[in-house]
Amino acid sequence: MKIEVKDVSKKYKDTNALDNVSFTLNEPKIYGLLGRNGAGKTTFMEILSGQILASEGQILIDGEPPFDNQRLTEAICLIKEGNNFKRDLKVKNVLRIYSYFYPTWDQGLADELIAEYNLNLNAKVKALSKGMVSALGIIVGLASKAPITIFDEPYIGLDAAARKKFYEILLEEYESEKRTIIFSTHLIDEVSLMFEEVLILQDGKLVLKEEAEELRNNTCAVSGTVQDVEEFVKGKEVIQSKNLAGMMTAYVYGSIEQAKSAGLSAEGIPIQELMIYLTEKKGA
Amino acid sequence: MKNQLDETKPIFLQIKEQLEDSVINESVKPGERVPSTNEFAGYYQINPATAAKGINELVNEGILVKRRGVGMFVTEHAKTILIKKRKKTFYENYMLPLKSEANKLNISREELLEMVERGETYEN
Repeated sequence: MKIEVKDVSKKYKDTNALDNVSFTLNEPKIYGLLGRNGAGKTTFMEILSGQILASEGQILIDGEPPFDNQRLTEAICLIKEGNNFKRDLKVKNVLRIYSYFYPTWDQGLADELIAEYNLNLNAKVKALSKGMVSALGIIVGLASKAPITIFDEPYIGLDAAARKKFYEILLEEYESEKRTIIFSTHLIDEVSLMFEEVLILQDGKLVLKEEAEELRNNTCAVSGTVQDVEEFVKGKEVIQSKNLAGMMTAYVYGSIEQAKSAGLSAEGIPIQELMIYLTEKKGA
Repeated sequence: MKNQLDETKPIFLQIKEQLEDSVINESVKPGERVPSTNEFAGYYQINPATAAKGINELVNEGILVKRRGVGMFVTEHAKTILIKKRKKTFYENYMLPLKSEANKLNISREELLEMVERGETYEN
């Protein structure tokens, strides 16, 4: 499904959670939505899934706004950090409700995941541990098979092994059937290899939208003497730089090969680091 | 097969280079099947589109051939093609860094040549 974000702003009293954001997601891909705390990620995902309205501008999904639109709500599944489910419901009833709601629901997958995560169907949500509530969210998100599935930091309390299992199944599902998956997390190192495209928000603005491979190819940390590095970065966009004892490292848009052929030492920047440098610069 | 990929380099290139190495050292031989996009994606937990890009480039270069519904196979001349290609990049990838480091350390031309020869006797 095509997602068009057109000049979207969201104001809460005097703060701008989103400030005139525009972009288009054309294809079903795995998107990484990154940014610091308070960057506007959650607000964006809530508008996208039709849970709240934008103050200005709009999001269109296949040409229609998602707010109060049943055809689209059935095609979007948003799993948040918490409070996804009514606390007094039993697990089996939570699953039943979602199975009625999503026409694309895959009960076989749900059963498989319940066994995988050892979830007690007769327990009430409020009796589950944090990790188990997160597992329930992950099960609903994956089994919904919604053409747009959004995970907003879905794994509070889940241990590393359970998270790894989640990534594995997410990829398997994505391979067997392409769908738009938007993934927002602070554990970037764990998931960045799964992203096909990366979006970074900072203070309500979109500061980057790029293919993950393009980022690996076209950003690097260049080190050398201050003079040499400054010469090299002339005319290039510098994300950040630091000096020590006459030596300098600059994080720039440019390829490693380019820097090496200029006689400088260069290495790639992990996406997590890139996010940090990029948002520090814009915040400063 | 590497245990983990380097997150700071294009992933498709790493997938591609791994397959190339396997062909060159003959751990996969002509006519043999190589892992599919999904097998790579599952093994490394990477995006399948990324794995596909690496594999497709090898198809375009005549290293692999796609047989519909069956998988990807190593072509008959894969190794020859690869060795030719690798020789071309040998100078850039190995000689240039060698010369630049030697320069930094003030190693003379003679010293450098002597070291290369010493390496040879080491091999034998």
